[in-house]
Amino acid sequence: MMIEDIAQELAHLIKSARADYAEARVEESQSTQISYRGRELESVNRSSAIGGNVRAFVNGGWGFVSFNDFSRLAARVEAAVSQARFVGKGKSRLAEVAPVVDTVPAADNNPLAIPLVTKKQTLDEYNDIIWRTPQIQTSTISYGDGYKKTVFVSSGGSFIVQERADITLRVSAIAAKEGDVQQAGLSLGSRGDFKAINNIHKQIAEMAQNAVMLLSAPKVKGGEYTVILDPVLAGVFVHEAFGHLSESDFIYENERLQKLMVLGTQFGGDHLNIVDTAALPGMRGSYKYDDEGVPATKTYLIREGKLVGRLHSRETAAAMGENPTANARALSYRYPPIVRMSNTYIEPGTVTFADMLADIKEGIYAKNWYGGMTSMEMFTFSAGEAYMIRNGKVAEAIRPVMLTGNVFTTLKNIDAIGNDLDMNQGGGCGKGEQMPLPVSNGSPHIRIRRCLVGGK
Amino acid sequence: MEEILAQARKEAEEAEVFLVSSEETEAKFEANRLKHLQTKQRTNIALRIIKDGRIGYATATDLSDPESLIASAVETARFGMVAKFRFPSASSYPQVSIYDSSVKAFTTEKMIALGEELISLVLGHTADLVCDAGVTKGVVSINLLNSRGGRAHYEKTFFSLGLEGNLVRGKDMLFVGESQSSCHPDIRAKNIAKIVIEQLELAKNRASAPTKSLPVIFTPNGVGGALVMPLMVAFNGKVVLEGASPIGNRLGQQVFDKKLSLWDDPTVFFRPSSRPCDDEGVPSQRTPLIENGVVMNFLYDLQTAALAGKESTGSGSRARGGQPAPSPSAFVIAPGDVSFEEMVADVKEGLVVEQLMGAEQGNILGGDFSGNVLLGYKIENGKTVGRVKDTVVSGNVYQVLKEVAAVGKEAKWVGSFIQTPHIYCPSLSVASKG
Repeated sequence: MMIEDIAQELAHLIKSARADYAEARVEESQSTQISYRGRELESVNRSSAIGGNVRAFVNGGWGFVSFNDFSRLAARVEAAVSQARFVGKGKSRLAEVAPVVDTVPAADNNPLAIPLVTKKQTLDEYNDIIWRTPQIQTSTISYGDGYKKTVFVSSGGSFIVQERADITLRVSAIAAKEGDVQQAGLSLGSRGDFKAINNIHKQIAEMAQNAVMLLSAPKVKGGEYTVILDPVLAGVFVHEAFGHLSESDFIYENERLQKLMVLGTQFGGDHLNIVDTAALPGMRGSYKYDDEGVPATKTYLIREGKLVGRLHSRETAAAMGENPTANARALSYRYPPIVRMSNTYIEPGTVTFADMLADIKEGIYAKNWYGGMTSMEMFTFSAGEAYMIRNGKVAEAIRPVMLTGNVFTTLKNIDAIGNDLDMNQGGGCGKGEQMPLPVSNGSPHIRIRRCLVGGK
Repeated sequence: MEEILAQARKEAEEAEVFLVSSEETEAKFEANRLKHLQTKQRTNIALRIIKDGRIGYATATDLSDPESLIASAVETARFGMVAKFRFPSASSYPQVSIYDSSVKAFTTEKMIALGEELISLVLGHTADLVCDAGVTKGVVSINLLNSRGGRAHYEKTFFSLGLEGNLVRGKDMLFVGESQSSCHPDIRAKNIAKIVIEQLELAKNRASAPTKSLPVIFTPNGVGGALVMPLMVAFNGKVVLEGASPIGNRLGQQVFDKKLSLWDDPTVFFRPSSRPCDDEGVPSQRTPLIENGVVMNFLYDLQTAALAGKESTGSGSRARGGQPAPSPSAFVIAPGDVSFEEMVADVKEGLVVEQLMGAEQGNILGGDFSGNVLLGYKIENGKTVGRVKDTVVSGNVYQVLKEVAAVGKEAKWVGSFIQTPHIYCPSLSVASKG
């Protein structure tokens, strides 16, 4: 059975459902995972999945069922509706959106159509480069590609078919000496374009050399430093430091948080502009419609240092009296959509990297990433590579550092924003149980004064 | 399943079919009120074959199309690793009780009442806390069949209750929380509320931390969040085989403090992480990993064990539908003989760490951890005096666990697969904005 047919049947069923609003998604996907550990290719997996869900909204309460057994569709719809009726005790409010009937094909070719032998050959070349590097103990490579088609239908009359392709590549080189183990990694991704990952031999070689170099690098002493972040790490920074705090599902029912996050509040200097948009072509966080059928838009979160917007689902937008921003996303048919980022970045400023360095007597240049986390007020972001800055110059390498900040002070401590915006496609975002969701982050180089750094 | 196995055998020398079905229901509370009821049903089938000596693997959710599944497995077998193991033939499994029929009978009304009780207990202490809570119940069914006559079937129930509270005062945000899980639906709201209320009490006052080396007491949650992940990686037989584990060549040696013992145990009754056999049909066993500080074993699945010249420890796990790989089932750290109160009383100036945000994002392989103290308290002259913020704690597990000052006398389950007491470390690097 085609998923369009199942969606058609669900569309019919939810129209007559006893709910204030109902929607259904049906999804089919194929994926490949190839992993290497050590010298050899370790595993190749092929997966296929098909499944669906129904979500119903009654008196402000939500019911949700997901399934991959399609034999009892009417019962699934009824289950979602009766769950919602059970929960709802208030009023259902959703921001208005016009119903959409549209088909959005994938922007790139299906990466699953590329023969496994081609993928293996590329990955073999990378692994060989790592293993040719002296003092490398081992390596890991994990490559994944996928192709997904989703049909969204709503009681409002939407019928949206969207396809997307996705590629991710994570490569690590591991160096070891006398019980000390150091690693360096690289993460890349694309919307299905294999070219984005098939010509990075030089980067792989540098990464492997970095891992070895870290064995002799010292640990920095913990404390406050002036730090410069490269565009990759600054992208993780903006995602953690401000992106998550902009997700309105944390805020819309928490009055005190709302008071802290009143539009117009100054969070940074006049040079700071932060944007989230799914409407950029070809990025991993891009889409034409979110998982509530809302068309993608560009949202300024911070403009000239002031809070001017936030990310919404239809429900949070209605509750806060703001416009929907098309940020309701679901990892797969297993989950309901929740408020998520898409492509998040700091807009470029005017400062050159050289000028940023020039007046730093002692500081840290932090590059690349291991990850990041946030609890809204406080956040962490871990560099994959770091160097001391001494007298205006990038000096010796140090062990990778964990940096941390507080949203109410750290954004104000950004005193220089570079002119060299770059977007990273290798990230995946986690929220609740839904991870990794494809997103992209970006920034130019930025400089932060008095940034707290973990160390010995 | 038999039919898929039979068809796959026409294409390959050996085959194994692994079928997982699950159904779970969750009641979710947001901002102190019930907001969502969710039910998730899922079936997933995995086919592993050995063809021309190589491993092929494919998974699917659609059981009605075995031809595509078999074709995918055959396609991958051209590139897969050479199989060094044999699928296990029929064997007997230990009796591990993990099914409680009262989970199924536990009604939605009762789940909601439990969540409401928990929220009201916590709000009774701090009225302006904003709580998200969740009550989940479910059942999972596992079926395994292979071409050497091995077969396994078991059903497991699970139940969990958790709460996260957020308190905003001015620009200050406090996060508190606790969750517990079991195969029984017997988790008491008051036990969770008690832990959350203790956190709220300890965090009432603010204290400042200096930038210097300090003694740190990790609570069970703190141990789980900061110290366990590097050990899980280090005891993974695959990492050992690659030479990337810092303890890989130290079997039988004293690497950790004598007060530390750790084992992996999938046989504890009614724990959601327990099982009679692993995901390859190898019987479950309790595997000592550290005994009085000495490294005893590493964890193996079938293929890794064969490559390393060892036996599988029944640790083959399929995370996210992938091929089996060594993974702990339940990490259990043995309790010691010192109470938390005695530890605190021993510290002149130091910290208690309950949550270390970001600690698992770094060079875990090398044992390094560094995180922001999301929830932690200052100790002055043997007493906790208040919450610390804007503070980073850093260390390396191999240095930190080489000499610990004390191990707590009460162990607690953290998440579903770690059981640990408090661990008191004499000196860790602390950096703070005060």
